[in-house]
Amino acid sequence: MGFEPSSQATGSGVTDRSAPPALETRGAVKQYGRIRALDGVSLQVSSGECVALVGESGSGKTPLLRLFNRMVEPDQGEVLLDGETARTMDPVRIRRRTGYVQQAGGLLPHWTVLRNVQLVPRLLGMDDVRERARDALERVGLPPDQFGERWPRQLSGGQGQRVAIARAIAARPRVILLDEPFGALDAITRTELRATFGDLRRELGVTAVLVTHDLHEAVELADRGAVLREGQIQEIASPQRLVAAPESPYVARLLALAGLGKGGGEG
Amino acid sequence: MWAGLVAGLFLHALLAPLHEAKAQESRPESRPVVVASKPFGESYLLGEIFAQLLEARGFAVERRLGLGSTQVAFEALRSGAVDVYPEYTGTGLLAILGEDPAGSSSQVFRRVHGEFRDRWGIRWLPPLGFQNTYAISVRAETAAELNLRTLSDLAREAPALVGGFSPDFLGRDDGLPGLRQAYGLELRDTRSLLQAVKYEALQTGRVDVIDAYSTDGFLARAEVAVLEDDRGFFPPYEAAALVGVGLQEEVPGAVAVLTELSGLMQEEGMRELNRRLEVEGESLAQVARSALVDLGLVADETVAGSGTTGMRELRGRRDGSLVAYLWDRRDETLRQTLRHLLLVGLSLGAALVLAIPGALALERLHFGAEAVIRGGGVIQTLPSIALLAFMIPLFGIGVFPAVVALFLYSLFPILRNTYTGVRDADPVAVNAAEALGMTPLQILRQVRLPLAAPVIMAGVRTAAVINVGTATLAAFIGAGGLGDPIVSGLALSDPWMILSGAIPAALLAVLVDGALAGAERRVTPRGLRE
Repeated sequence: MGFEPSSQATGSGVTDRSAPPALETRGAVKQYGRIRALDGVSLQVSSGECVALVGESGSGKTPLLRLFNRMVEPDQGEVLLDGETARTMDPVRIRRRTGYVQQAGGLLPHWTVLRNVQLVPRLLGMDDVRERARDALERVGLPPDQFGERWPRQLSGGQGQRVAIARAIAARPRVILLDEPFGALDAITRTELRATFGDLRRELGVTAVLVTHDLHEAVELADRGAVLREGQIQEIASPQRLVAAPESPYVARLLALAGLGKGGGEG
Repeated sequence: MWAGLVAGLFLHALLAPLHEAKAQESRPESRPVVVASKPFGESYLLGEIFAQLLEARGFAVERRLGLGSTQVAFEALRSGAVDVYPEYTGTGLLAILGEDPAGSSSQVFRRVHGEFRDRWGIRWLPPLGFQNTYAISVRAETAAELNLRTLSDLAREAPALVGGFSPDFLGRDDGLPGLRQAYGLELRDTRSLLQAVKYEALQTGRVDVIDAYSTDGFLARAEVAVLEDDRGFFPPYEAAALVGVGLQEEVPGAVAVLTELSGLMQEEGMRELNRRLEVEGESLAQVARSALVDLGLVADETVAGSGTTGMRELRGRRDGSLVAYLWDRRDETLRQTLRHLLLVGLSLGAALVLAIPGALALERLHFGAEAVIRGGGVIQTLPSIALLAFMIPLFGIGVFPAVVALFLYSLFPILRNTYTGVRDADPVAVNAAEALGMTPLQILRQVRLPLAAPVIMAGVRTAAVINVGTATLAAFIGAGGLGDPIVSGLALSDPWMILSGAIPAALLAVLVDGALAGAERRVTPRGLRE
């Protein structure tokens, strides 16, 4: 399997009809006790595309995201990766080929920054783990000589998230999953990090799914936004279209609350 | 009362010559005779007398003096871990058979003799000849002042007096509750006092009445008056050798030798021997030897120099300083410390080997983990002496059962800390590790265990410190260690001897705690250190 980045992403959200979608769910259902977290979700993400999953807490964003690295198994429906069912694939192999960033970083506190970033390359048995880790740190704006030997607890929140992103891209996965990656940061740091991530995604041409409850983030980073409500996709379209002409009153209200859309006056 | 004595003398006369000859023959092949005692002065002394007499007749002897309690000593005898120990007929009737006190000395002897033989095959040898019953005592001046001679007199004056009694006397039917009924004895107040401090409390006037034993060495003093049991309330407590099945079958010659003592010992003589041991602080070996010489059972030179083990020779001398005393017995202390470390090391090591992988397995299984760990916690709540006693029918006495008991005690803190440490290790980091493709085994070894290491180590530290302390109780089941001088010292009312075990044990606990605190810091990953 090649880990070379796919050619420069179009960033347009235009789907290449000839290739199967990089990520796909068909009628995915996930039940947690009496709560239906996913209620028949079908979604396609093209190679190189960035899709933002937005919605309120408990709307099913995170379970949907975690279907793609098999951290969540659907009760019904199907998950396909590059057109092939994920059910028969080894989840550990899927995860090693899929970048993952979560809200509070999840850096291993007993490992240095450099060791954290080397995690996936090492798991994959790559031989240039050190160079890859240094390169990944450079790309997220942390000079490895300065930050490589630090412990996670010696980093600010923003630095920690940069390291988490570096760790997610160090093995050059073609897919990266992000679960509210900037959610815990202050506004200025969040804006900076968003820009870093946007640049990085375009450079690497990586397919990305981004969970966020911040509609501004979706507008800035994503090719398409999927609005979830009670385990179902309420509406899916380009962010511009969502903002300009939401089809459902629910989406319109969400946009209005975020100061976007017609009622917001900002847009 | 006389029946037992007569029977003893008769048996003695009948059997002694016969078996002396037999003992001569069986000497080379016969196994060592394991002689035990309970942890108080007179029991030590009788045990040592048994041992020296057997040695004088050519038998090899192994001493297990100072076993925890009636329960422990009797279990050890019943299970064959020891061969003989001195017991009292009243105790056999009440504490072992659980019957009510009733009957004369000879009736009680016949009762326990028959019951023990039928139930367990254990044999009461004919009584030694003296009784050691409760002797309710007051200061001589109190007796004179209030004109007290009998317990009936005491009951008359009781509302003005304060009693100090041993804890079991306060609860037993043949103790204060029964006494209250029999004599209408209502004291102004009662306190629970240990044997070692009772006389002190009486002499200094903190209490006015105590429960002494009729052969206590302290009673030989003029300033104490024993009140007569004029209504015959207390059951007879005739001392006798209690002999296990194994010795009767395998070394009958030794049983015969022990019957030589039957009927020879008098209450007054015993009181004097106890006084020399507990008040004068003479060595156990020395007092036992002179008792045997005085009884005409051994010639003076026969046992002279056949010194028993070192510990018993080293009584706390009243001259010189405590430091000098401790220095004098440094070899002994070193030996006991090494034994102590052996007990702690083996049990803790076994607990580590089992509890850490066990906790990891429980963490994997999820199901049933809490129940298992709670089970470990239940063991923790058992009184240590009860757990030790419970080991005897299974494993006998000595190092092995002690190690098993200490091992069981150490399991819980290690199990609990390992389980919770691994289970609760930084959940966000663990989730990230899993989502990035680490296998469960990699997560365990590279993430959970390193993060849990300080918590696990804290559990080991707790277990070790508890273990060092509890191991002193192992002396009660004959395992040795630093508990030995503590138990003996308590039995012989010898504070220096107690300290010679307690000080090193306390130091050892502090050292072990300090060393493991260092280990806890070292296993804490650098990334987690402040």
